[in-house]
Amino acid sequence: MGWILKFVDSSIGKKFVMAVTGLSLILFLIIHLAGNLTLYISEEAFNSYVSTIDIIKPLIRVAEVILALFFIFHIYNGFRLWYENRKAKSSKYKVNVSSKNSTIYSRTMIISGSIVFIFLILHLSTMWYAFNFGEHGENHSYYKIVLDWFSNPVYSMFYVFAMVLLGFHLNHGFQSAFQTFGWTHKKYTPFIEKLGTLYAIVMAVAFASIPIYFLFFFGGK
Amino acid sequence: MSSENLDLTLMIWRQESSQSVGSFEEFKVSVSPDASILEMLDELNNRLEKEGKNPVAFESDCREGICGTCGLVINGHPHGKIPNIATCQLHMRNFEDGETLYIEPFRAKAFPVLKDLIVERDGMDKILQAGGYISISTGGVPDANEMLISKETSSLAMDAAECIGCGACVAACKNASAMLFVGAKVSQYALLPQGQPERYRRVQSMVAVMDEMGFGSCTNTYACEAECPKGISITNIARMNRDFIVAKFKSQDEDS
Repeated sequence: MGWILKFVDSSIGKKFVMAVTGLSLILFLIIHLAGNLTLYISEEAFNSYVSTIDIIKPLIRVAEVILALFFIFHIYNGFRLWYENRKAKSSKYKVNVSSKNSTIYSRTMIISGSIVFIFLILHLSTMWYAFNFGEHGENHSYYKIVLDWFSNPVYSMFYVFAMVLLGFHLNHGFQSAFQTFGWTHKKYTPFIEKLGTLYAIVMAVAFASIPIYFLFFFGGK
Repeated sequence: MSSENLDLTLMIWRQESSQSVGSFEEFKVSVSPDASILEMLDELNNRLEKEGKNPVAFESDCREGICGTCGLVINGHPHGKIPNIATCQLHMRNFEDGETLYIEPFRAKAFPVLKDLIVERDGMDKILQAGGYISISTGGVPDANEMLISKETSSLAMDAAECIGCGACVAACKNASAMLFVGAKVSQYALLPQGQPERYRRVQSMVAVMDEMGFGSCTNTYACEAECPKGISITNIARMNRDFIVAKFKSQDEDS
């Protein structure tokens, strides 16, 4: 076991943990989004989707624990790398040329990541809590919970803002994970970069469209 | 030959020692557009010495872009804004009359300033000592083409070996990471048959020393590749990552 601890403590090991957890979370987002999109079909479709998940609740709980571990390792390592890297660069140059030699997405991972982290806490304490532990009376509707939260303009606007930054984060994170694994290739890397950007745009737009839909179009009602 | 001299304002970093606090000092110079930036500093130092002042300390050796000794950050760019050249190859014709130049040392915690523009780069030497070599039997010269290797692979190894170990990658990186340098050094051996026996031991040793020396971790911003005077590709970092991860998972050693 000693070697694993030493490996994840090395510079490349920390990057490896970021890449493995990051790519796993990227896959999770696709599943999450697929469920969210049932909101666009109808109130019944969304409610029956959530109720179906309820049937396999024990399995979902196991998945949630694994997911939580991925988040914890990703966030802990991210902050640790940021802190250590700041220490390694003790002073800055008078003239800052970072915009000429790197992308804004790659330089702001700690900012975009932190905002998404704040969003995550808010998201768990509102939607996730209400879905899992909220008081559900007769004829309750999960759809109504979503509608209620997104009717709050501050909540919805922060949601949209966080999703834009999530897009920034994913745009760099996707291709960055492949570089960390050492999976670079003249033929495939340009494709992976484009796929990462496309994925980031689709995720940001699709997730952000939901609060906009509810806030301005009241879920089409 | 261009004729008109350029009038420039130089803001040069002055620092007595690694312990002292540095600051910028302003100098006005009139310099030929045909001079290199190091020749301009030579002229400035001649003038300062005549005036009985302390000359600006900076490093240089070959002055033809192959030794990796010179390394100044000019207006935020290690080795200046022109791509694929070292500081010594940067000529003043690339600047405008009346321009202000900020000349600073490479900045990284692993590169403490010794004096003015000179930094201590022995962290990179220690990384090389950990694995930047191959162990071979000495003896007669082997026959040519005894070891077959494709043109593509040997070219990749030579591209990696172009690294002059100047430290511009560390200087350009927001994390002061040395991974482009180490990636190039690992790759130049990992790609060739002669490097195979020690391939996985080498990458582990070099990365371990890199971590000890206080260099940061790569976050894939690729500023290093953009600023490298030799155009070293970040695919070398990927190769190092791959070899390091493979080495850790395949190693029979339970402790590393």
